[in-house]
Amino acid sequence: MGIRFVLLVNKQGQTRLAQYYAEHLTLDERRALEGEIVRKCLARTEQQCSFVEHRNYKIVYRRYASLFFLVGVDNDEQMEYTYCGSFTHGRSKQFSSVIAYVAMGAVVDVIAYVNELAILEFIHLFVETMDRHFGNVCELDIMFHLEKAHFMLEEMVMNGCIVETSKSNILAPIQLMEKAS
Amino acid sequence: MAATAAITTTSSPSLVDTLFQRSLDDVIRALRSSPSSASEETVISRALDEIRREIRSPDLDTKSVSLQKLTYLSSLHHLDLSWAAFHALELLPSPSLPHARIGYLAASLSFHPSSTELLPLATHQLRKHFAPSPANPPALAASALHLLALASSPDLGRHLASDLLPLLSSQSAASSSLRAKAVATALRTLAVCPDVAPVLFKPLVDCLSSSDPRTVSAAVGAFCELALAAPDPFPYLPLAPEFYRLLVDSRNNWVLIKVLKIFARLAPLEPRLASRILDPICQLLRRSHAKSLVFECIRTILSSLTDHEEAVRLAVDKVKEFLSSDDDPNLRYLGLRALSMLESAHPWVVEESREAVIKSLSDPDTNIRVESLHLIVGMLCESNVVEICNLLNKYAMKSDPEFANEIIGAMLVTCGKNLYELILDFDWYVALLGEMVRNPHCAKGEEIERQLVDIGLRVRDARPELVRVARDLLIDPALLGNPFLFRVLSASAWVSGEYVEFSRNPVELVEALLQPRINLLPSLIRAVYIQSVFKVMSFCFISFIEQIQAVELLSVGGSTQRSEKNDEQSDTVPLKTTESNVSEGDHGDTTADTVLLLDLIDKKTNFTRESISDLMNLIETAVAPLSECEEVEVQERARNVLGLLFTLRETQFWNIEAAHELKSDKELSEIIELLEAAFSEELGPVSANAQKRVSVPEGLNLNANLSDLSKILTDYDLTPSASISFSLQSYNPQETKEDSVLAVEPSSLLAEHRKRHGLYYLSTQRDGDELNDYPRANEPLLPVDHGDATEDLVKLTTPSLVPRKSKPTKPRPVVIRLDEGDGTSTSHLTTVKKSDNLLSEAIRGVLLENESQPSLSGKLDTSSKRRENDASDNSELISQQIESVTLEHGNSSSRKSRQHRTHKERYESHFKNEDIEKSSRHSIKSSRQHRRHKHRQRGDVTADIVPQTPAIQDFLL
Repeated sequence: MGIRFVLLVNKQGQTRLAQYYAEHLTLDERRALEGEIVRKCLARTEQQCSFVEHRNYKIVYRRYASLFFLVGVDNDEQMEYTYCGSFTHGRSKQFSSVIAYVAMGAVVDVIAYVNELAILEFIHLFVETMDRHFGNVCELDIMFHLEKAHFMLEEMVMNGCIVETSKSNILAPIQLMEKAS
Repeated sequence: MAATAAITTTSSPSLVDTLFQRSLDDVIRALRSSPSSASEETVISRALDEIRREIRSPDLDTKSVSLQKLTYLSSLHHLDLSWAAFHALELLPSPSLPHARIGYLAASLSFHPSSTELLPLATHQLRKHFAPSPANPPALAASALHLLALASSPDLGRHLASDLLPLLSSQSAASSSLRAKAVATALRTLAVCPDVAPVLFKPLVDCLSSSDPRTVSAAVGAFCELALAAPDPFPYLPLAPEFYRLLVDSRNNWVLIKVLKIFARLAPLEPRLASRILDPICQLLRRSHAKSLVFECIRTILSSLTDHEEAVRLAVDKVKEFLSSDDDPNLRYLGLRALSMLESAHPWVVEESREAVIKSLSDPDTNIRVESLHLIVGMLCESNVVEICNLLNKYAMKSDPEFANEIIGAMLVTCGKNLYELILDFDWYVALLGEMVRNPHCAKGEEIERQLVDIGLRVRDARPELVRVARDLLIDPALLGNPFLFRVLSASAWVSGEYVEFSRNPVELVEALLQPRINLLPSLIRAVYIQSVFKVMSFCFISFIEQIQAVELLSVGGSTQRSEKNDEQSDTVPLKTTESNVSEGDHGDTTADTVLLLDLIDKKTNFTRESISDLMNLIETAVAPLSECEEVEVQERARNVLGLLFTLRETQFWNIEAAHELKSDKELSEIIELLEAAFSEELGPVSANAQKRVSVPEGLNLNANLSDLSKILTDYDLTPSASISFSLQSYNPQETKEDSVLAVEPSSLLAEHRKRHGLYYLSTQRDGDELNDYPRANEPLLPVDHGDATEDLVKLTTPSLVPRKSKPTKPRPVVIRLDEGDGTSTSHLTTVKKSDNLLSEAIRGVLLENESQPSLSGKLDTSSKRRENDASDNSELISQQIESVTLEHGNSSSRKSRQHRTHKERYESHFKNEDIEKSSRHSIKSSRQHRRHKHRQRGDVTADIVPQTPAIQDFLL
């Protein structure tokens, strides 16, 4: 699974768009996750990189004016902590008799699911597409046209895979619909 | 839910609602104009009330607007949407496209197989929207696909799989975007119910060779997901030619990135494939301007093509470019990430970029700093560990708390890895541990505690320095203020009590252990402190007695030399063998350090009646109040100390002038004997596997239900501590002393038990049982050489902060290692996903069946007969067959069918192997070996299968 979720959050931490893929979280879990991520990203500065690890996700984010675009992907490269055995010390009853310890294990042998830079490009593409549609897109546009933003995202991402990367293709169905109504 | 129902039944939608319904925009405006979160709450609840009424309206416009409002509120304000699931379903069949899309949007945001029971109701509607008809605009089918991709349940997938087929195979240009979406949806369906693979997989493969770039892009994405998720990507190898064509022809970076990912997974399986793709990848790397593609090329080379030196070189050059891009932290981060992939395969790469890596340690970004720290720690080896760790420790002092602990943790883990295999100079390491504690942010107390005690137990040569470090920590009142360090103090107290013979000034130690501020410590740690006081006190007393004996012997022998006095003393009373070793080692040295050590001996032996009595008074004043302490552990130990104190006071040793008098005093000599016996036994580490060696005695049923016992047990007031009996060495000395009279019966039982199962106990005799298969702790120690001891002392005095070129000037001290299970036994946390296995098995079925059909068809009969025969065969036979087949491989055509069968068996066994591997990976090194082994294995398999898969053969030759 590539993309796990797409979030748009403003500087005040209010969610402006949320789409989860094949990831079923309860409302409370979502609220908690979104809050944690936003706090983490807000604390970061422009000089810091756009990748944050959080829980079992890697979050690729980019800030446009007051809006954060966050894309959560599988964090498959996380360091694995391997349990390495335990020791029992003889007479030292005062100590916990079994002292277990962990050691840093190997980086897991998998190929990263997603290309972080490609996700950044995807975010930019999403912003450009909205820009083309709304003309100088701002937070309010997304608020008042949430379903359009969702439709664009639907065109671009299916089941966590990026399926469409051409702006005119993405916008075609929406323009059709606008013409019809 | 009940409340909802109540509201909706009482207030039915009226015409007024329909006429004066607020639109979504109205609600958003109301929300925006609400000044506080409280008023926002009221706006939301008011809107919700309206929605509950309106959504029941028969008018689809009203219904859709209210659902739209609800979707908005649910998505952005985390409101429950599940109660409206049925209303969303009601909108799906609407002839109006906007209505249906609103319904789909609400459904796709809220439906999930695990929470929505109504999902089966959507089956028919989805099928209708998939069907290509003029009444269905593509937008509708797209929404339907999106919903299926998000909310697919196994049932839904099974029912709708065949309906995806027309979408997947349609050729018209108009439906090309639908086709791409159908591919992504099919991927999801495959993941949810692997048994539809026979239906969906073939069309998916066909999409790869489609003329429509969007379809190809989606198909490549799908196969990328499949190949990466599969535990064994082998089934996808036959598709390699298709992917290769794309790699060479495609100009789309998105597609290329996916193709590269697939090859990264496939290349290790087939060496010829690797050499084939190498050239196109290097070309891409050279000419592409897209950083994402460049990075993907780098990652592919570094992860799967590491054997090709030239390509690695090229990739490393690009990585260096990334590392040096000052304006883009993303590239710096990814560059470090790429380096860490090469850490074990090509350490020279990291060495080369060392400067950039170390520079990144002070990057403004924490993520980059952590990456660089991991790389630096990965570079550690025996020769540079001292230098680098000293630098890191200094750096940790200046860093922010979080990163300081990151550094300290990384150092602890790396240095402690595999029983301190990197450490040659334990004196340095112990001192480093002491310095880590001085870091004001240090919160790694537990690990430092563990290592301090562990080194004490395992490395005999490190003990003097350990005691010195422990003393410094104990007398520092500042450390008592940091709760994270309490565990370190506990370890220090234990170390200085256990190895008190190395202490320069036991009296000072007692003062430190009994300082008033120890009240700040938790009771368990105070108990450790008091127990150490006990040990120190008995040590001082015994030393004093020895001194009397030695003085008498001296006067008899007429020798005046101090060192001889010391020798003789240790000869007469072989109290602590280590101690005499050390003093022997120093004997004859003329450096200033010898003076230091002699001073130490001096201090130790320089107990007078007054100093002992002062010590006792000090202990009494400090410990007496604790005997009333509410904490059991503290109270018990305090009473033990006081008990010993009073017993000693009662004896007549104050009046004894000479050793012969001592011998005549029976009571005193008994006490001395007891005290010596209590502490002379050395503690050793116990193997984690020791417990396993105890076999279950005959007639003992461990599975018997013991519930009856609880009734009996409630009658007695059994404290849990009564049931703890570790081994003899776990006995507290005072227990042996005081309980010996009271608990004769249990101890005799214990003795009997020990006699029967003596094998499983650590030896109780002083000289040790040679036949015991359990290794004696600390046994294989080499006596310290005279010359080395001097050097040791020189090192001890040089400040360890000065970076030293550490040529191993002295042999590494012995670190006790118990058995292969010690410290290396691992259990892996990851578990193999079952569904992944299912899926890949299904796909293997489809793909390999397809490929091997022609060669199989003729021999199907014979092979099935053989299979029947083999059904009764056991695994030994199978393995024999495998051997024979590999030997005679390709010799005769009559064996072909048999060969094919063995393939299948091999796949299976290979799969099992892999599962086992996943569940028990040992360490970085061993997993690397495994992987190499795996590749070889796979190489064999592919060599066998090549004749049956002409596609690969043509492509590769």
